[in-house]
Amino acid sequence: MTVELCGIALEHPVINASGTFDAIAARRVFGAELIERFPFAAFVSKTVTLAPRQGNPPPRLWETGSGLINSIGLPTKGLEGYLGEDLPELAELPVPLIVNVMGFTPAEVGELIRAFADRPEVTALELNVSCPNVETGLVMGADPRELSALLERVRPLTDKPLIVKLSPNATDVPAVARAAERAGASAVSLINTLRGMALHPRSGAPWLGGGGGGVSGPAVRSVALAQVYAVAEAVEIPVIGMGGVQRGQDALDLLRAGATLVAVGTENFRDPAAASRITAELSALHGNSAPELT
Amino acid sequence: MSAGPAASAGPAPRAAPTAHAAPAASAAPAASAVRTPAPFGRRAVAVTARERHGAYTLLRCEDAGGPRPRAGQFYMLSAAERWGGGDGERPFLPRAFSVLRAPAEDRRLDFLLEDVGPGTRRLDELRPGDRLHVVGPLGNGFEPPRERRRALLVGGGVGIAPLAIWQDQLEDSTRPLLGFRDRARAAAAGLVSSARVATDDGSFGHHGVVTDLMRQEIAGRESEIEVYACGPPAMLEAVRAVCAELAIPAQLALEAGMACGFGACFGCVVPTRAGLVRLCLDGPVLDADRLESALLPGTGH
Ligand SMILES: Cc1cc2nc3c(=O)[nH]c(=O)nc-3n(C[C@H](O)[C@H](O)[C@H](O)COP(=O)(O)OP(=O)(O)OC[C@H]3O[C@@H](n4cnc5c(N)ncnc54)[C@H](O)[C@@H]3O)c2cc1C
Ligand SMILES: Cc1cc2nc3c(=O)[nH]c(=O)nc-3n(C[C@H](O)[C@H](O)[C@H](O)COP(=O)(O)O)c2cc1C
Ligand code: FES
Repeated sequence: MTVELCGIALEHPVINASGTFDAIAARRVFGAELIERFPFAAFVSKTVTLAPRQGNPPPRLWETGSGLINSIGLPTKGLEGYLGEDLPELAELPVPLIVNVMGFTPAEVGELIRAFADRPEVTALELNVSCPNVETGLVMGADPRELSALLERVRPLTDKPLIVKLSPNATDVPAVARAAERAGASAVSLINTLRGMALHPRSGAPWLGGGGGGVSGPAVRSVALAQVYAVAEAVEIPVIGMGGVQRGQDALDLLRAGATLVAVGTENFRDPAAASRITAELSALHGNSAPELT
Repeated sequence: MSAGPAASAGPAPRAAPTAHAAPAASAAPAASAVRTPAPFGRRAVAVTARERHGAYTLLRCEDAGGPRPRAGQFYMLSAAERWGGGDGERPFLPRAFSVLRAPAEDRRLDFLLEDVGPGTRRLDELRPGDRLHVVGPLGNGFEPPRERRRALLVGGGVGIAPLAIWQDQLEDSTRPLLGFRDRARAAAAGLVSSARVATDDGSFGHHGVVTDLMRQEIAGRESEIEVYACGPPAMLEAVRAVCAELAIPAQLALEAGMACGFGACFGCVVPTRAGLVRLCLDGPVLDADRLESALLPGTGH
């Protein structure tokens, strides 16, 4: 099931969704077996910002029927910490590394992209313009013009593939995707989490430390499928589909909707090796019924 | 896999003069002395027994493929059927449980559950022959007592679980102190040997809280004791405050809502003096002096 994304050869079409798998922590927990049985065809690291961030105060999790609302709030060591501490370890992974970055201003995004532009350890960059947990993240990804302006400024800063992770919380997601394509994005990925909220069962106050949060998991699968389908019709560049993938069939649906790769997010929490099972199921489905997907 | 069953099924840790600074027992990189690495991925195990102990359920399973955990480590559990795989409601994510007992001589894992919501209720429905998904062992367990100190185990409610396995592994510890809400719950005290019991309503043992017993037990022996505690947030905070007041080292096994248990989601953070830490990775056992308070947001019932 080898695939290619922007010139990157991958062993299969299943990767992780940013922020849902910490390969460094997992190595501490699972030891060398993690590396021997690494479940993803490429590894996407959690969003890095220029400055370190603590993230939101706890509680950060709320379980819904078939889903999760998180208000993690993008904790990160920041660029310097990532380059010094994480990048050397992530470079040892047996698969290509995609670094996810987010800036609060176009200048910050530019600085982040420049910092990775010549790093041989980094295969591609993913630009988070869609995190609903952080106010400013919304602005750039929700509006085609904002996004074009941003990309026109930062696209020339690197030759590496630049994947734009779209926000599902936009009025016209395909329009934003088209704007990204015109401004030089190499690929788009979607969906990020949908805005949601939970109230404390007794006090009625917002449960999550960040007030609201982002919904993920099977609860958003049908929304993801619809958005991936619409975006894949709207653009020529490759699409990375994600949102509620739990089984090979869910992955196949996203591929049939037009995605080139599929990312697994929340399902990693239920089983750290879920992506291996999903890949095997997908491969079996391919063999059986999908000659159009080679 | 770097640390298979053979590598991790060694003898139980013993309190030794240098134990606190002992090098990692496992060959895995950056593995702590109190962490047995987990096999990668979740595995299905068979439930072999279910027993009621007071208001709690003991679930026993046969974990043929797993290594032996250290006391204080935990597992993420989910029932193999009817657990968010289809179009179901909650439970959807796995739930964290301390290991109650894991005898070195067989492959058994015991857990103690209190039914507090949909996940624990579903696990409580399991019967011998049913299948359970486990990921683990996870987290850092208890460190042996510091030099010249003896372990004093202090537990509350279902929080007695990690103390039972720790008592099994310790060469020597003073009489455990356990607190329960009432007599029905105190029936679980038998899972720990020779414990002194307090109940909130006085229906069994000492009428009062477990920290009353703790103060009696410690009086005059402040330099000889290290406290190991697990229980509800209010109890842990009381234990922490007493230990801080008397300058006694304490290791607290804490709880926080967890989605993954292996450091992936950043959801389980707890505030420490040095900032937020992921409890599933840096805990669940934390030195009490790392905490301003053991009352954590979003915990307790
Ligand atoms: C390291 C560790 C070890 C543990 N060891 C044990 C043990 O040995 N034995 C044991 O019985 N328990 C143990 N626990 C606690 C156990 O994990 C919880 O009781 C269990 O997860 C509850 O799940 P539930 O579905 O039954 O209840 P939930 O409905 O999840 O309710 C539990 C609490 O979670 C909160 N809550 C309510 N609804 C939601 C929601 N929708 N989303 C998120 N939070 C919600 C509330 O505070 C509620 O009181 C441990 C926890 C940790 C972290
Ligand atoms: C706990 C959690 C943390 C996340 N962190 C990030 C992040 O740091 N950066 C990002 O671009 N997306 C982040 N996401 C969004 C996921 O990458 C993904 O887009 C979304 O969860 C949908 O996929 P899923 O339903 O399979 O989880 C996070 C999602 C979750 C659940
Ligand atoms: S429970 Fe997911 S990081 Fe701790």
